[in-house]
Amino acid sequence: MPEGFIEQITRRYESEIGPLNGAKVVARAWADPEYKMRLLADGTAGIAELGFGGPEGDHMVVVENTSIVHNVIVCTLCSCYPWPVLGLPPAWYKDPPYRARMVREPRALLAEIGCPLPEEVEIRVWDSSAEVRYLVLPQRPPATEGMTEAELAALVTRDSMIGVARL
Amino acid sequence: MLVDGIHDLGGMQGWGAVGHTPAEPVFHHRWEAVARALLVVVAGAVQASGGEFRHSIERMEPGHYLTSSYYEHWLTAAATLAVEHRLVTGSEIEARAGGRFPLSGPVLAPPVVDAGPDVGTPRFAVGDRVRVRDWHSPGHTRCPGYVRGKTGTVVRLDGIHSVPDIEAHGAARRHEPTYSVRFDAAELWGDGQRGVRVHVDLWDSYLEPS
Repeated sequence: MPEGFIEQITRRYESEIGPLNGAKVVARAWADPEYKMRLLADGTAGIAELGFGGPEGDHMVVVENTSIVHNVIVCTLCSCYPWPVLGLPPAWYKDPPYRARMVREPRALLAEIGCPLPEEVEIRVWDSSAEVRYLVLPQRPPATEGMTEAELAALVTRDSMIGVARL
Repeated sequence: MLVDGIHDLGGMQGWGAVGHTPAEPVFHHRWEAVARALLVVVAGAVQASGGEFRHSIERMEPGHYLTSSYYEHWLTAAATLAVEHRLVTGSEIEARAGGRFPLSGPVLAPPVVDAGPDVGTPRFAVGDRVRVRDWHSPGHTRCPGYVRGKTGTVVRLDGIHSVPDIEAHGAARRHEPTYSVRFDAAELWGDGQRGVRVHVDLWDSYLEPS
């Protein structure tokens, strides 16, 4: 194994690449409607505008939450996850209960995790079974007018970008 | 013995709580980072395709797969690929480990010699109704069992990509269009749940017109 390889991998995913990247993408989309349109039309190009990309992010699709649509991501077959914008996935995302249940009973599972959604809200589950990797664009919380992008980014949680939480 | 893999978990019942945490360390133990690095190095050394890499995890003994942590899957896969590509023997590993070191089960599918021609033109368009072929391959696939035989609607055309079922089993490659297909959850599970759509990303050859 090349010298320092373990440390390099550890450092990359512990310090350099993580959900702060995705939060910046979300904040930019909230602040700039034209960026949001570009991001939804081509997720890969949109995140590349902020300098993010690379392994497990070569084919990005961003899915937008609204008051009547809620998106959530899973990989039932293994652990596929949008590394460039969210870093490495948490253990619960990769373990059997989430993978088995999110495609079968998402409304009940989301409520268990702390994200109850009434039946009027359509739930869209995205199983990352091929090359596309997904990022959820959460709804912008109320009373955030006038905030800078940095302030907006600080509101965006990792879980809201997977789709197991709303902000 | 032809069985669908234990990793194909979508829809399996009987699992309890998800054990959700809002934040956690990337690696809970240093050995996990070592396991991650090891699989990357071994896969590179044996020039394993993404499909062969994933399939080496999927071939774990079912009880071992379900009761071990994620990075133990990577460690098992690294050792399995190393043994199968003759970098080391199972006995050498067990001697170093000082005990049993279970590897994944053998590849059950024959090597693919002729992958057939690439498919450059999508057979389906957005809005088409498609049925997922009810194949039960002994080898690697990225078609989840829970949508086989089911009918859905194409919602997005994605790029042309290497078919996993081919690339996992030799040097041959075939490239095909991929699609995001939307299924109504109540139709998948027959349970009357409302307002839920499940989208699965599928290769062209997994689908037939409905």
